[in-house]
Amino acid sequence: MEPTNTEAPEYFHKVVDCQWACPAHTPVPEYIRLIAAGRYSDAYMVNWKSNVFPGILGRTCDRPCEPACRRGRVEEEPVAICRLKRVAADNKDDITARLPKAPERKNGFRVACVGAGPASLAVARDLAPLGYHVTVFDGDPKGGGMIRTQIPRFRLPEEVIDEEVGYITGLGLDMKYGQRIESLKALLAEPYDAIFVGSGAPRGRDLDVPGREEARANIHIGIDWLSNVSFGHIEKIGKRVIVLGGGNTAMDCCRTSRRLGGEDVKVIVRSGYDEMKASPWEKEDAQHEGIPILNFLAPKAFTYEGTNGSTRLTGVVFQKMGWTTDDKGKRRLLPTGEPDQHFECDDVLVAIGQENAFPWIERDVGLEFDEWDMPKVDPVTLQSTNPKVFFGGDAAFGPKNIIWAVAHGHDAAISIDRFCRGQDVGLRPPPNVLQSSQKMGIHEWSYDNDISNDERHRVPLLEKDKALSSIKFEVELGFDKGLGYAETQRCLNCDVQTVFSTPACIECDACVDICPMDCITFTANGEESDLRTRLKAPAENETQDLYVSGTLPTGRVMVKDEDVCLHCGLCAERCPTGAWDMQKFLLDMTHAGEKACGR
Amino acid sequence: MTYIAKPRLHHPELPKNALGFTRRDYEGRVSTLCAGCGHDSISASIVQACFELDLQPHRLAKLSGIGCSSKTPDYFLSHSHGFNTVHGRMPSVLTGANLANRDLIYLGVSGDGDSASIGLGQFAHSIRRGVNMAYIVENNGVYGLTKGQFSATSDKGSKSKKGVVNTDSAIDMVMLALQLGATYVARSFSGDKAQLVPLIKGAIAHRGPAFIDCISPCIAFNNHAGSTKSFDYVREHNEAVNRLDYITGRAPIHAAYEPGETIEVTQHDGSVLKLRKVAADYDPRDRIAAMAFLQERDAAGEIVTGLLHVDPDSHDLHDHLGTVSAPLNRLPDDALVPGSAALEKINGALR
Ligand SMILES: Cc1cc2nc3c(=O)[nH]c(=O)nc-3n(C[C@H](O)[C@H](O)[C@H](O)COP(=O)(O)OP(=O)(O)OC[C@H]3O[C@@H](n4cnc5c(N)ncnc54)[C@H](O)[C@@H]3O)c2cc1C
Ligand SMILES: Cc1ncc(C[n+]2csc(CCOP(=O)(O)OP(=O)(O)O)c2C)c(N)n1
Ligand code: SF4
Ligand code: SF4
Ligand code: SF4
Ligand SMILES: [Mg+2]
Repeated sequence: MEPTNTEAPEYFHKVVDCQWACPAHTPVPEYIRLIAAGRYSDAYMVNWKSNVFPGILGRTCDRPCEPACRRGRVEEEPVAICRLKRVAADNKDDITARLPKAPERKNGFRVACVGAGPASLAVARDLAPLGYHVTVFDGDPKGGGMIRTQIPRFRLPEEVIDEEVGYITGLGLDMKYGQRIESLKALLAEPYDAIFVGSGAPRGRDLDVPGREEARANIHIGIDWLSNVSFGHIEKIGKRVIVLGGGNTAMDCCRTSRRLGGEDVKVIVRSGYDEMKASPWEKEDAQHEGIPILNFLAPKAFTYEGTNGSTRLTGVVFQKMGWTTDDKGKRRLLPTGEPDQHFECDDVLVAIGQENAFPWIERDVGLEFDEWDMPKVDPVTLQSTNPKVFFGGDAAFGPKNIIWAVAHGHDAAISIDRFCRGQDVGLRPPPNVLQSSQKMGIHEWSYDNDISNDERHRVPLLEKDKALSSIKFEVELGFDKGLGYAETQRCLNCDVQTVFSTPACIECDACVDICPMDCITFTANGEESDLRTRLKAPAENETQDLYVSGTLPTGRVMVKDEDVCLHCGLCAERCPTGAWDMQKFLLDMTHAGEKACGR
Repeated sequence: MTYIAKPRLHHPELPKNALGFTRRDYEGRVSTLCAGCGHDSISASIVQACFELDLQPHRLAKLSGIGCSSKTPDYFLSHSHGFNTVHGRMPSVLTGANLANRDLIYLGVSGDGDSASIGLGQFAHSIRRGVNMAYIVENNGVYGLTKGQFSATSDKGSKSKKGVVNTDSAIDMVMLALQLGATYVARSFSGDKAQLVPLIKGAIAHRGPAFIDCISPCIAFNNHAGSTKSFDYVREHNEAVNRLDYITGRAPIHAAYEPGETIEVTQHDGSVLKLRKVAADYDPRDRIAAMAFLQERDAAGEIVTGLLHVDPDSHDLHDHLGTVSAPLNRLPDDALVPGSAALEKINGALR
């Protein structure tokens, strides 16, 4: 293998698994260390810069960082990265003075955002401080999009939404609530330099089976029902509720039902438990609240009683499903032929998926749609085929989550800024990188390299009976400072990189001997696939890179498998020549209008 | 010195031996030696060897004298017995322990100063008496712990870090061991674990005095140009006569070699030492030839490494003395202390 080029920022960025996995590339270990130091406001601001909604995300993020976390590979469970974010948000001081301000003098460009969800708000947050005049339209009476309309209050209190949405609207945005955009053509005719579409994926999929029409009074589309609950239009549901679907919306529907009078609430899913789309923790939370999840049952018909105009839902008939392997060896979910099953209920919530819908976009405004009736959007620039119109969040590529919406918002803001200034939208600014040795003395490092043996700490919960008594009570109490500190100590500081200097190494083997994880090998060079089998511990995780040195005096090379390195720095402590150094690699994404170097 | 504890976490794929232990279970505390010291690599090799031998840690006793090398038993096998004796006295304490409890495995760890200077006599007698032990000298040519004075194994003409030339003749511990009747004699280099680990395994399994002279650069006081115990010098002058595969009685033998390329030596416990020849005519079973060969190569400036001598038909001190077969701590009181009548009888026989 060629010597590893650690100058390219991707190399060390990839080693910081959590930051690499985070769509907005939040510098996770950096904020975790700030929390450990009790610097909650600083930790909050690191987050706010990257992901815009630390208090909201600290309670609701889909946390792609956690399955990626290295701790999960060296021990049972990842660091509770998401809930640590909340520790920063809960314990920070008043940070309003640290927020950017919109300049008095505008830059003359006008941008319209359709929708006031996280995607649009991220765009506005990046552009307003640069002097853009940003107008945000939303058909709803308040900002936040599905953060406000869909995520139930027991997971996310309204004050947190008000606070963090407020930080952005406070940047002097022109908020047009209660104004649905009915025509893109009309909007294009107005004097805007660019338009951002952050209108989400607003349509809940319906279930068209016999009885649907007749029993309609007691059959609700999950996301419509949830938003009616959020806005206080619905306050009650029947005692026996069936929720159809296995995603996160289904989990929110069933848990909300339990708080609105549902006593016998069931989730019934077509597929198996493991194939359900809901995150494992969402399923656990639902089960913890006494909600059974029944699998391998496909809804076949709604049953009802009464006739003409006075019909009432009585239940749902299900067909039994099971996995079979077809002639081509493909696994398929098919009816098993067992007798159907009938479940009685008073209400049904249909949460079987979400779709995009753009009835307000005319098909003759230079904006092309693809075969699935989705706008054609460039995945990097988020520009549509109408160069003035950009997309982001759920509207761009279908339903995802908040953190993706934010990441799209940052990228779209860069594009819009470049577009307005007449620059090439395809040229993207490189990230900001700061790399510095952490060595302070022979055995002193400016980061805490002692590895905690603690297992993942659980977030304390509100007592169950109390939690179920009102939709307003937040279920999770959050880590207190002490628990938060203990959890921070589980972080391995993956951004403190092991940096090797070929000319300094005397091949004494001290690093090999001390490394607790068998990361380091000195061996003859070879092709990657061959090297991976010849290391002190076989390097089977191919998603993790091998760090290869130049040729050493004995003709061998140093090969380090990044996979399970604890970043404990023992290699650097035991190296007599300083050939290993521990260097903090701080990568910050460059947002719209920022210079790529210097911070 | 490293102040943090070595993390308990280990590689998820770390293999387990027949006892269900990983290699990490054979480790000790974090070393306090200078970073880069060759002795640490020897400790790592001992750990590896004991792991591969499926050794029960409580079955082993590690004994040492004084010196950086003699400190190392703290850095491996935390769950074994240990005795850090006074300077140069490890061989006698080990002999005594072995006489009292012949059931343990004895590992003597010493330095060139500890064994070739103050402890030379002790070393010599433990070998010639045939004590059943694996005796490792971590040889760096200096008194590391006392800041780098030449030791008795330092080559004549080699230079100290300050540039002083050594005018005394060197003691070659391998030659001494051969002469004194060690039945397993090897030399190796701390920087070559592939060679060292099987040699340690063979030595532990050997019955009788097994001696390993392991050259181990002192990073702080003897790793400069002009030293003959530096990493660079040893790498340049190292001539291996053979490569050892240690094969326990149970494990199948997989490596296949051309006939005539290997020598197999079966030890008393059924384990097989399979030696791949590097030097064509070298037969380690022939002690006299080995000594002649070593003298010749030494004169040519080579550092000869490998398994230099092994006597498959070895014996130990207990065989010579005809001692009781049970360790003393397992004898019943009346056997151990037969009383004054028995003493009278013995005394009577001597009158
Ligand atoms: C029940 C449920 C629970 C969820 N829970 C989580 C969670 O815990 N964590 C997570 O990360 N994600 C969650 N999500 C997903 C998340 O809410 C969305 O991915 C995210 O809000 C998308 O952001 P967005 O800005 O693209 O659009 P949205 O948040 O959907 O916002 C779009 C906004 O545009 C407005 N709008 C639409 N069309 C127009 C128009 N023509 N004119 C004016 N305004 C318009 C809408 O009123 C809406 O306010 C959940 C989704 C659902 C349905
Ligand atoms: C009776 C006695 N004399 C002298 C000393 C001082 N002393 C301590 S260690 C040492 C030499 C150790 O040399 P070596 O065995 O080669 O160990 P190294 O440190 O080189 O590994 C000496 C002379 C002592 N501790 N005790
Ligand atoms: S251990 Fe810390 S730095 Fe490493 S991946 Fe996990 S959270 Fe990120
Ligand atoms: S920091 Fe160094 S010693 Fe620690 S696990 Fe990583 S490679 Fe091994
Ligand atoms: S400890 Fe330092 S000098 Fe020794 S092998 Fe490792 S990197 Fe090279
Ligand atoms: Mg010495």
